[in-house]
Amino acid sequence: MKQLVFAAVFLAATLFAQAPAGDAANGKKLFLRDGCYECHGYAGQGGRDGARIAAIGLNAQGLIHYVRAPAGAMPAYTDKVITDQELTDIHAYLQTMAKAKPAKDIPLLQQFQK
Amino acid sequence: MARSKKISVDRRGFLKGAAAGAAALVAKPEAAKAQEAAEVRRPSTPNPLPGAKQSAAETTPPPHVDVWTTDRPGSDFMVDVIKTLGFEYVAANPGSAFRGIHESLINYGGNKAPELLTCCHEESSIAMAHGYYKIEGKPMMVMAHGTVGLQHASMAIYNAYADRVPVYLLLGNIQDGPWRRSDVEWAHSVQDAASMVRDYTKWDDSPVSLGGFAESAVRAYKIATTPPMEPVVIVADAVLQEEPIPEADRGRLQIPKLTLASPPAGDYGAVKQAAKMLVDAENPVIVAGRVARTPEGIDLLIQLAETLQAAIVDRNLRMNFPTTHPLYGAGTVGGADVVLGLEVPDMWQVTHTQTPVNKFGMESKRITKPGAKVITIFAGDLFGKSNYQDFGRYDEVDLAIAADAQATLPALIEECRKLITSDRKAALQQRGAKLAEVSKKNRERDIEQAAWGWDASPVTTARMAAELWNQLKTEDWSLVSDVTFVSWWPRRLWDFTKPYHFIGGHGAYGVGYGAPAAVGAALANKKHGRISVNIQCDGDLNYAPGVLWTAAHHRIPMLNIMHNNRAYHQELMYVEDMAARARRGVDRAWIGTAITDPNIDYAMMAKAYGMFSEGPIDNPNDLGPAIKRALEVVKKGEPAMIDVVTQPR
Repeated sequence: MKQLVFAAVFLAATLFAQAPAGDAANGKKLFLRDGCYECHGYAGQGGRDGARIAAIGLNAQGLIHYVRAPAGAMPAYTDKVITDQELTDIHAYLQTMAKAKPAKDIPLLQQFQK
Repeated sequence: MARSKKISVDRRGFLKGAAAGAAALVAKPEAAKAQEAAEVRRPSTPNPLPGAKQSAAETTPPPHVDVWTTDRPGSDFMVDVIKTLGFEYVAANPGSAFRGIHESLINYGGNKAPELLTCCHEESSIAMAHGYYKIEGKPMMVMAHGTVGLQHASMAIYNAYADRVPVYLLLGNIQDGPWRRSDVEWAHSVQDAASMVRDYTKWDDSPVSLGGFAESAVRAYKIATTPPMEPVVIVADAVLQEEPIPEADRGRLQIPKLTLASPPAGDYGAVKQAAKMLVDAENPVIVAGRVARTPEGIDLLIQLAETLQAAIVDRNLRMNFPTTHPLYGAGTVGGADVVLGLEVPDMWQVTHTQTPVNKFGMESKRITKPGAKVITIFAGDLFGKSNYQDFGRYDEVDLAIAADAQATLPALIEECRKLITSDRKAALQQRGAKLAEVSKKNRERDIEQAAWGWDASPVTTARMAAELWNQLKTEDWSLVSDVTFVSWWPRRLWDFTKPYHFIGGHGAYGVGYGAPAAVGAALANKKHGRISVNIQCDGDLNYAPGVLWTAAHHRIPMLNIMHNNRAYHQELMYVEDMAARARRGVDRAWIGTAITDPNIDYAMMAKAYGMFSEGPIDNPNDLGPAIKRALEVVKKGEPAMIDVVTQPR
């Protein structure tokens, strides 16, 4: 049990610790070049085929870990097609994406509130 | 969408014309006259000597009139038959193999009931009939060449087949070789015209007489409209169309009475068993496929869900259930102890998961809870073909009722009500209250998700849906397109409550369906004054964009909003998957899938076809005012298009 707790704490520390800085400008180019937008949207907003990744909660290491061995239907990208540094840059770009305003502050979305 | 059970037969038009036609028999081609004389002789007189009539014809000088005409071609009788079937419209791209019927429809038939719709592609004709049915609840007729026209039409026929939609297809063909006047007519003739689509039509016939045409035409309508509904094909021989009605036939041709068959309801014992399983269940879930054939189907499904306080999982194949209802989307198949599938064509897919495309190998796993029971009511169990595989994987269910679900629902509701005690009713009400909370949370989650990328360019599909709803919510609207490729946003946000609010999807996912199906559905909405809205995928429109002209030409009011993501995006994602699997070139998936360089100017395309248009719009703040301007055009009875550059999904 102790081992399990330790593993969970270690994993959380790895995935959510402060990430090293990447090059957001290069990350934007890679985001478009390597097709991240195809499932996650140009704004990282997510959609039918991919999760929302704008302002992602994972740190860069966590993102790399996930991209190499995704849990869902996302294709696995090896370091042969996207290097760790490139993913770090993409991560930096994702951090620059705007978070959503609260729906209550968007009048057109208020029309859907019942 | 209700239809009458019987359509009375009006023979007056034919008989009146037949009298005039008989008077004109003296003026006809010699070859035809000889053929007819031979035909008349065979059954009536064994004496080879010429009769008085023939002798007179051979010894009297020919009259000074155009002898190559008749006022009673066989196609007039075919139109008499067609008129008894109650079609409002016939869609066609003109073709020589049915030129006789074409002429009879517009002149003898007065181009009314049915009215001819000018189409630019046979795929458009069929898909228009497909969309029309899903609003109007009755078939549209389509005419096409038996060879090249049918080849164009075939994909759309398969979509209609997989979507259980009756399309009434009449093909022209010159069956008898010596009657083919050129190499063109030889190339455009076929021994067995319907064979090419027999794998995905319900019934066909190639009658060789006008009497046979009448019987087969009426039979075809009955078969097409009996659940499971499917397309049918009748081949109209060109010689029968174009030659005069044989004199011997004129007094005896009849049009049979059409009596539609009542839909098959489920076996009573099986229905009672299903009711007991559902009432005893702690967490039943109802999966809705193509349940509602008519508005009554929606009311019945509401009654069943409320009687059981069971969640509805809607497959978005028809307008089955109000999205505003507290039981809508409030449960999952994985959480159910009894799953009821109503007209669900892919029940195995509903109850299983498979290895996704990002992994090697293939494994499947049942997602229902251990011990969970599955019941199906499915008209597809009454009919099937083997070659095309739209029937899906065989699913092991606990109770399969081969019947039409809507026709079975009254008995099922009644049996459930009989079994529910007052104690049980109280428990069900508690369950319903919990489900209502789930439904409410789902909606709140969707609204929060819609805010992401709100001001982004390209425009998010959620923003596009919200901008549309802002102006549609006070109108009598009808969404005449699918929602699969826009992340289902309209279905997640708008209030779908009326039978014509939604028409479902393609059937067989054959791309090219969207634009013409929307035009057909909008045509059905026209007489009701509804605002038809088509969220139009760019790749889909490029198959046969001429349907925009058809919409403009026939003054079909509809608002087309381009979902212009500038790609065959589903395929782009698949190629990306394959590249990642192969560990190479993930930056090259756009090759062969992107629709860029140059970008297509859809507003200009629409203008070229005579349609009001605006765009391309990539700033979301410009969208609302553009929709307003376009709606003003639509309210005047015209189609309009706004080209919106959108996010991929």
